[in-house]
Order: sequence, then C-alpha cells, then structure tokens
Amino acid sequence: MSTALLVPLATGNRWLTIGLFVVVVAITLYITFWASRQTKTAADYYAGGRSFSGLQNGLAVSGDYMSAASFLGISGSIALYGYDGFLYSIGFLVAWLVALLLVAELLRNSGRYTMADQLAYRMRQTPVRGAAATSTIVVSIFYLLAQMVGAGSLVGLLLGVSNPTLKNLVIVAVGVLMIIYVTFGGMKGTTWVQIVKAVLLIAGTVLITVLVLIKFGFNLSELLGTAATKSGKGEAFLQPGQLYGKDLVGKFDFLSLGLALVLGTAGLPHILIRFYTTPTAQAARKSVLWAIGLIGGFYLMTLVLGFGAASLVPTGKGSQIQTSAGNAASPLLAQAVGGGEGTLGGAILLALISAVAFATILAVVAGLTLTSASSVAHDLYANVIRKGRVTERNELRVVRIAAFVIGAIAIALAIPAQRLNIAFLVALAFAVAASANLPALLFNLFWRRFNTLGAVCSIYGGLIAAVVLVIFSPVVSGTATSLFPNAGFAWFPLRNPGLISIPFGFLCGIVGTLLSRDTSSAARYDELSVRALTGAGAERAVAH
Amino acid sequence: MVDSAPPAYESSEADRLPAHDHEIYNRIARESDFAELRARYRRFAFPATIAFMVWYVAYVICNNWARGFMDTKVIGHINIAVVFGLLQFASTFLIAILYARHARKSLDPLATKLKDEFDQETER
Repeated sequence: MSTALLVPLATGNRWLTIGLFVVVVAITLYITFWASRQTKTAADYYAGGRSFSGLQNGLAVSGDYMSAASFLGISGSIALYGYDGFLYSIGFLVAWLVALLLVAELLRNSGRYTMADQLAYRMRQTPVRGAAATSTIVVSIFYLLAQMVGAGSLVGLLLGVSNPTLKNLVIVAVGVLMIIYVTFGGMKGTTWVQIVKAVLLIAGTVLITVLVLIKFGFNLSELLGTAATKSGKGEAFLQPGQLYGKDLVGKFDFLSLGLALVLGTAGLPHILIRFYTTPTAQAARKSVLWAIGLIGGFYLMTLVLGFGAASLVPTGKGSQIQTSAGNAASPLLAQAVGGGEGTLGGAILLALISAVAFATILAVVAGLTLTSASSVAHDLYANVIRKGRVTERNELRVVRIAAFVIGAIAIALAIPAQRLNIAFLVALAFAVAASANLPALLFNLFWRRFNTLGAVCSIYGGLIAAVVLVIFSPVVSGTATSLFPNAGFAWFPLRNPGLISIPFGFLCGIVGTLLSRDTSSAARYDELSVRALTGAGAERAVAH
Repeated sequence: MVDSAPPAYESSEADRLPAHDHEIYNRIARESDFAELRARYRRFAFPATIAFMVWYVAYVICNNWARGFMDTKVIGHINIAVVFGLLQFASTFLIAILYARHARKSLDPLATKLKDEFDQETER
C-alpha cells in the first residue's frame, strides 16, 4: 500500500458505501456494549474468559491476521506485478506451521495473558517482562501505525474523499472506535469484532472469486493467460522477477523478506495472545488448524482476485489501480463483475467490498491496541512497577487507561506518519517479531540452559539489530523513494533486515545465556516442560 | 541449586507456586510416560519444521536463482513457478493435517493422563 494521495473511486454510490459503513460500526458497537457487560475479571478482559471454541478462535485469529494490507494489498500487488505479488501470501501462510508445531499449544499451557508470561515462568520477572513488553509495544505500534495510515488512505479511497483534512478525520474516527472497542469490550468484544470481520471478509471474497471464475469457465490457465495478455507484459507477468530480485542485492533482499515473513508470524504478540482465549491447548491447536485453512483458502482466492483484476479492470499507467498502488484492485474488480460502472449490481458489490475492507481495518487495529494495553498493564504496571502487589480491580482500571492512552498516541503518530510507506512499517514489525520474540520463545521452550540474561539479550539484541539496520537501509535514506531522499547514510544495502537480524537475535540469546552463571532457570525447565506439554496447572476457562 | 534466595520479585512466576506443586511437576518430569510424550512430540515437530523450512527456502531460492526452471510451462499458461507456489499451500495443509492426527492419536492421551495425575494430587 502507498500513502500517496489517492484518486477516489467512482462516487455515484458513495451514500450506499457510507450506509454500509454505518451498519458495520453499529454492529461492532453493539458487540462491544454486549461484551462489556460480560467482562468482570482480569481473565475476561485479557483472555475473553478463555471460553472461545477452536472454530471461534480460528476465525478470530484469521480476522486478526488478514489485515487490509493483505486483503487489498496482495490482490493489488498481483494485479500490478503478476506472479511476484503472490509471494507475500506464501510466506504469510507457511509461517503458520511454526505457530502450529512449536508455539501455540505450549504457549497456551504455560502463559496467562501476555507473551512475557511464558518467559516469566522460569526467568527473573522484572528484566524479562521489561524486555518482552518493550518489544511487544514496538511491534504492535509499528503494525498499528501501518494499519491506521492505511485506514486514512483506504477509507478516503473507498468513500471518494481525497481532502487531507477529511483523511485526518477518518484516522481520528478509526482511532476513537478502536479505543471504544478495547476499553469497554476487552478481549471478548475484540474477539467477536474479529469473528464478524472474518466471516464478512471470507463471504465477500468467495462471492467475488466465484463471479470471476464463472467469467473464465473455472479455467485457471485461461484466467492467467488473459491476465498476461491484458497486462501488456505477456508471459513474463506469470514468471518471477516483476517485483523482486531484479539484481543481486534485490535477490538477497527477497530472501531476507521471505525469512522475516515465515518466522515473524509466530512472534507477533497480537497473534500469540489469541491462543490464551481458548479453554485448552487442544482448542488452541484446533484454532490454528482452522486459521491455516481459512487463511490458506483466502490467499488462494486473492490469487484469483489479483489475476481477475489484471484481466477485467484497466491496470496500465494512469489507471485507478496504478495510482492507488494496487489498493483499488479488489473494489474495482467487484464493481466490474457486478455489472460494471454505473450499474446497480456494480454499485452494490463495490459498496459491499468497501465495507468489508473497513471492517477489516477496525478489527485489526482493535487487536493491536488490546495487545499493547495488556502488556503495559500486566507486564509493566502490575509486575515490573508494582511487583505483583496489585488488586485485579486496580489492574483492570490501568489496562483501560493504557488502552485509551495508546489509542491517543497512535492517533497522534498516525497523522504525521502518513508520509511513511506502509509496507515498510509492516515488514519492520515482522522483522522485529522474528528477530526479538521468536528466539526467546523457542529457547525458553526447548533449551534447558536458557536463562534470564539470554532472554534479555535475545530480545533487546534482535530488536536493536532490526531497527538499526532499517535506519541505515535504503528505506530510510539514499534513494528517491526513501523516507529522507536527500540524506545518504544507507550503508546497509537490504530493505529488510531479517537475513542478519534474525540470526543475530538467536546468537545474542546463546551468548547471553552462556555468559551468565544463573542456573535457577534451568532448575525450572522440567516444570515448564511438564506444564507446556501436558497442560498440568495451566490456566483454566472462567466459569460463568 | 542456588542456595541464597533472590529478592522477592526478582524471582520467577514459578517461585510463587506452593512447594507441593514443584514436587509433583518434577516427579511427573521423571516418569517414563512424560519422557515418551516429549519424545513423540519432538519426533514429529522437529523434523517437520526442518522439512517445511527447507522446502520453503528452496522455493524462495528458485524464485531468485532458478528462473529458467521456474518459467517452464506445465499446462497451458500454468508454469512451474505457479505450481511450486501452489505446492507450498498443499504442503502446509498436509503437514497441518498430519500433525493434527499425530497429536490426537499419540500426544493427547498421554498428556491427558499426566494432567489428570497432577490434578488429582493437587486436588484442583
């Protein structure tokens, strides 16, 4: 996605679109109101009472994961760059195997509310909670900014608003809604918002996919062939190389991106805390299985949407898809398969897909705000500052204040951040998650000797490496598309830091562990293993 | 073991559990059933992780450095690059299904047995 000023879509159906947006807001506010009356304990607020079934949580995980960047961004990328646009989605999907095989169930059994809980079980709490909270907040804020900046552009695009003041108002409105969902609805409200969004997104995508496939007689080869011809690039459109790996640096950059995508997911805090909302590890496993099915199916459909848009909607220079950096591809395709511009069917489908994109934005920002607020209240306030001497009532008050403050900060940062490239913010979030969080989580679960110093070193080491490498990369300076095009301090050639920062995070964990003579963590390793693998003593669902 | 206890909150979350729980955890950890559970889990999870990572990195590398191979047509306009990409989806679904079956048949019964043992002894 790009933050450039976007050309609004056809405005004839603006009122229909606004009407559907209002319906989405009304439904989500009703859910929030309902959830707020069901939220009494800390486990209710942080983990939705741990009472969501595998299917429910699977839908919510999908709803949390499939951001507007993947819904509009990937199909748009395929529409513009063909085969290479598809590569993002493969990394995003394969990544779920890391979560399924190594993380989800073990984390569900050994943690309580936040990512840090699982480390704190056998490490000294103050330093590891401080480190884990720092990386949780950094990852979530980068991701949140990406979503909110995207929201400004997208809602502007979908409603036909290109005025910068109105765009800022859209960002503020999205921010206020997300603060309301999270402060009042907690995890229960957020989860149901995500479930509703996932159902809407999948239903909308299936509908458009089927309509596209009907036009091509369910013949994939014909769809690809038409897209290749219409793109003006011929067979090259279906081959690697339109977007990535044009030179040697580009090839290593693509390798780096691929690693960050596949290893980042299982370290994303807003995904990790979703596993606490199920009653058992078996239900957590089921939710990942559902998520893999839903997300995989969704990405396969974006392939049809992307090539469908390339075939049925103009994508050349000056076209709306081109000027919106691809984001308009899915909505315009919906309009085209509904009957085209000016028809009732086209107008209805365009408004419908726009409303789905809007619901997508709301659900993802709510999940991210909740994650940061939980970490601030549970890790920093209750455990680092108050050393555990805090009442549940007090902690619940603090988490709501934190949600409000984080929401306000996100709004304040998102308005000037509109100049930033969204793909850059998302890629940085994935790189930090893979470099800082994943090494600590995996070492904690699978390496007896791992200790507090190792955990602290791997988290800060991975975090600092990823951020520093990005600062000195061509993303920030040295090229025409950089954040500071006129400055030149880019000594690190790759746009994505993963290739270096991920191994560095693991290495820091090993070195830190070996430098410390602390053996108290190793003495608790057997306990953690029994807890993680069997669920003995794990947190239980709240009985209502 | 470290003999001098660290200051109260410099300790881990586990240190807040009653001593009785620690004894039971450590006893379960020494049981042959637990060793078997851990071995069965690792025998699947570790090789499967290595396999899908190698398979995925191979795909990324082919996109970069084996373009001629990837451009080869298979049927109609469908080339090896598209097929390889779709196979990544298929392998992800396959590994997920195989793991679900393995967990249900080989892991869950043992895990439940050990958990029940813990619950009985801690009377929760």
